[in-house]
Amino acid sequence: MDYYDILINVLSSTIRLSIPLIFTALAGLFSERAGVFDIGLEGKMLGAAFAAACVAYITDSAWLGLVAGILCSVSLSLVHGFASITNRGNQIISGVAINFFIAGITIVLGQAWFGQGGRTPQLSPASRFSPITLPGADAIREVAIIGPLYSNVISGNNILTYLAFLAVPLSWWILYRTRFGLRLRAVGENPGAVDTAGISVSWLRYRAVMCAGVLCGFSGTYLAIAQSAAFIKDMSAGKGYIALAALVFAKWKPVPVMFACLLFGFLDALANFMQGKQVPLIGAVPVQIFQALPYILTCILLAGFIGVATPPKAGGVPYTKER
Amino acid sequence: MSTASVSLPNWITYGLIPVLNLIVAFLISGVVVWLIGESPLGALSLLIEGALGSGEGIGFTLYYATSFIFTGLSVAVAIHAGLFNIGSEGQAYLGGLGCALVALALDRFVPWYVTMPVAVVGAGLFGAAWASIPAFLQAKRGSHIVITTIMFNYIGAALMVYLLVHVLIVPGKMAPETRTFLDGGQLPKLGWVMNLFGAKLGAAPFNVSFIIALVAAYFVWLLVWRTKLGFEMRTLGASPTAASYAGIPYARTVMIAMLLSGALAGMMALNPVMGSSARLQVEFVGGAGFVGIAVSLMGRNHPVGIIFSAILFGILYQGGDWISFEMPNITREMILVIQGLVILFAGALEYMFRPALVHVYQQFKVK
Repeated sequence: MDYYDILINVLSSTIRLSIPLIFTALAGLFSERAGVFDIGLEGKMLGAAFAAACVAYITDSAWLGLVAGILCSVSLSLVHGFASITNRGNQIISGVAINFFIAGITIVLGQAWFGQGGRTPQLSPASRFSPITLPGADAIREVAIIGPLYSNVISGNNILTYLAFLAVPLSWWILYRTRFGLRLRAVGENPGAVDTAGISVSWLRYRAVMCAGVLCGFSGTYLAIAQSAAFIKDMSAGKGYIALAALVFAKWKPVPVMFACLLFGFLDALANFMQGKQVPLIGAVPVQIFQALPYILTCILLAGFIGVATPPKAGGVPYTKER
Repeated sequence: MSTASVSLPNWITYGLIPVLNLIVAFLISGVVVWLIGESPLGALSLLIEGALGSGEGIGFTLYYATSFIFTGLSVAVAIHAGLFNIGSEGQAYLGGLGCALVALALDRFVPWYVTMPVAVVGAGLFGAAWASIPAFLQAKRGSHIVITTIMFNYIGAALMVYLLVHVLIVPGKMAPETRTFLDGGQLPKLGWVMNLFGAKLGAAPFNVSFIIALVAAYFVWLLVWRTKLGFEMRTLGASPTAASYAGIPYARTVMIAMLLSGALAGMMALNPVMGSSARLQVEFVGGAGFVGIAVSLMGRNHPVGIIFSAILFGILYQGGDWISFEMPNITREMILVIQGLVILFAGALEYMFRPALVHVYQQFKVK
């Protein structure tokens, strides 16, 4: 295989592996920019994957699967909101609780309903999001350089992939160009000021966590019925935490979030590709290095060695109206 | 007057509220069992029968509880200093490396009671070392401890898999694990304790590390409530600004609290590695680090509470195994569901019932 083919190969799996990260990290962006830490991204993603797979299997419709995924994830967001906004509980603890609950309940219900050890049954092509061939992809396939790039990397993805890349500018626009976004960012920095302006801190934060729920719904759905054809137990496999790392890495900004997710997706794709292969001069690189790299990079960044990542000021602090 | 500032007697704060939270968590779990089409009461009686119905069951319950005491104490020590250590899982994993290296080095030459104290130190040191980096980043660089400890769980997992697959593996074997320790590297079981009560331990790996756990709990109590350092930690946890006005050094206190937390998490490894499987295996921690969060929350971060809630979680784990054996419809992961609900109600929704209780309490007091 020549080097260009390898590159195309790795790039197309980079896209595939980045999509859930992009949706999830954007979800975290909305929530954390409003001052609500969300460790529960992992759980919401997994819950959405399960709901999407179940409903897509029963109704034979990928779109209904997506709706179910979003509904499941939003309801988990509301639980998180109830605990951390209304009850002023610890946001981290609430997120951890959601992760545990979902890790268990998806397997318990999956086994009880389908009896396949926590898996859902294999989905038919009709109940999945299938690849879309962009216009002209087949025509220019043979053209050098551009051809493979266009037809194998840019074209041939499913609708959710394109939606993920649309969600990035859309999130930017919402956060930086709408009144809602301005207020959302303000409530994450100085909820007292927002309150003084006569705007409800709770309602703003609830809307922010619901946005996060919708986006996690997309990412879970992508995992279960676009990338795979069934729910497999624990299929989010730490992606929620990688997305969190990407969010920190991108310093809580939408467009850098996309690039951080692409970088982490690329590392993942590279790890898969490098497995058992020799690198000239170095020898076999243990796959664990690639797996640990996003986390190591995030720690280095957090330590301020490559720029300072300042989280929203009011992040993690429940707002008390008066004392 | 806001209900949050009304003080309630200790028996309500430390007794009634946790019990209420636990009951709600169990009720919801019962609804899940009922939705699956099994009887919640049947499941509950199986749970108790499996965990406490035989000497072997009790042995397994206490074996699980041992790990949870260590990780619960680990989480609690950090919480007292205002640090939320989600990294006990990774610290325990690395602690396993420390205690396995000691056991591998010494088991040929000395009996277990010589190996044990060295292994305790080894496990504690490795656990503390793994906690030291997030601790340093928090103390000196202002990184968020929650994020860094999560990252370190994953880095630790990758590191340990690498070591077990490439370095510590027995040549010619497929399984990524160290060689089995000889008798000098194994902790004896506590069968004789069970015999005192007329019960047989059977195959349960209930071992000496339970006693180490109890000793550790005593020392944690001593440290947190009876020493200057413990007072400084609690002050920092209650109010970092007050602590700084009182001249309590922030960085030093954070470092010490996290190192102790990591060391306690690391010592958890004694139980599965030297007490049960007599070798270091992949993923031997099995989520005990995360259970520690629930245990500590349930036990109100007090060593006595932690021992009780660790035993409760031991019952859940052992009883959960029994349920999944007897009711194949309910898988072992039901434990995670209950655990999640306990964390949610005992931790995040801790004060949900408080206003109502304050109301009831005040009415009674007036009469």
